[in-house]
Amino acid sequence: MCSTCGCGNTDKITIRKVGEDSGDELNFGMLLPRESDHEHGHHHSHAHTHKHHHGHEEHNHGKTVVELEREILHENNLMAERVRGYLQAKSIFALNWMSSPGSGKTSLLERTLKDLNDRFRFYVIEGDQQTMQDAQRIDALHIPVVQVNTGKACHLDSEMVYRAIQKLDPDFESILMIENVGNLVCPAGFDLGEDERVVVISVTEGEDKPLKYPDMFETAGVCLINKIDLLPYVPFDVENMKTYARRIKPDMLFFEVSALTGEGMDQWYAWLASRFENKKKK
Amino acid sequence: MHELSIVMGIIKSTEKVMAERPGIKVTAIGLEIGTMAGIEKDALDFAWRRAIRGTILSEAERRIEWIKAQAKCLECNTIFDIEHQFDACPVCGSYFKDIFTGKQLRIKYLEVEKADEVKS
Repeated sequence: MCSTCGCGNTDKITIRKVGEDSGDELNFGMLLPRESDHEHGHHHSHAHTHKHHHGHEEHNHGKTVVELEREILHENNLMAERVRGYLQAKSIFALNWMSSPGSGKTSLLERTLKDLNDRFRFYVIEGDQQTMQDAQRIDALHIPVVQVNTGKACHLDSEMVYRAIQKLDPDFESILMIENVGNLVCPAGFDLGEDERVVVISVTEGEDKPLKYPDMFETAGVCLINKIDLLPYVPFDVENMKTYARRIKPDMLFFEVSALTGEGMDQWYAWLASRFENKKKK
Repeated sequence: MHELSIVMGIIKSTEKVMAERPGIKVTAIGLEIGTMAGIEKDALDFAWRRAIRGTILSEAERRIEWIKAQAKCLECNTIFDIEHQFDACPVCGSYFKDIFTGKQLRIKYLEVEKADEVKS
């Protein structure tokens, strides 16, 4: 790692299947500030063949104003729309799973996949800073999975998802589960091209989480309240938490579940099945 | 959040646009940022000063238009200024609202002039 600017050429983003030693690599798309006595050749390349629309120009006193009206997250949004288009064309229903670390995303995913594997074709994209741990858990269920290791990055972005989907090559009419990096802040800001966002909160967390992390709850359509088997032992009030969440997202859908015991999972499965059917019809 | 990343994005976008206009200097950049876009002004200033060094924006004047966040109550149609996502309508107390402005994060325009005479 470079001690001047902190960048690490070893911290590349990798996209791998279980059992692969090396996979696709991405640079995290950043040109770092250059100090005069120290330079790194960071390059970021996209295989973009689309044209940019550059607005119009006005001339005024020797200065020209180039009207841009360009969103700053433009590049991510563009790629997200490409992902969306691909998923639409193949009638693939995609979910973006988000939560703080430890709320049970992977366990809920495992349980869902195990219980529904005979009814649907599943594909999974796992996002973590390091390790193949989560992908290995999914792989053990014999479900196609790709692990994205983000290195220093704290969220998945649409380019990572696009590359992972290419590696997975999912079938028509399947369900794609994208498990984002455990982080209740950053993933909210990055469209991945998904159909719906699922936010997971467990009863061992504070019931005021939605107020403290509003962006996450505002952009999610479904909230899975996990670990309800522990309710007798914790002060968590489910109705309070729902009230707080509804201040941010009045029409939030809640499912109270336990990945451990299986309680409450049926209603969640029913929702999943119906949204999948809807996607097929579009 | 990610103010540094955002500044990098702005620099990259500017470079892309200006790549088609070689030899032309960027004298100013106009940004539109909503008060609920999740951008911390001080963090942005800090990141900006450092990140633009040696780049196409190193001498550009930065002009930010901060757009105040506003919401429309979906129960009583009141339009009100809003600061937090969990705020209620000040008139009827409902939480059903549409935050219709205040989350923008965009480059509005670039002001450019020729760095030196360009022979045609």
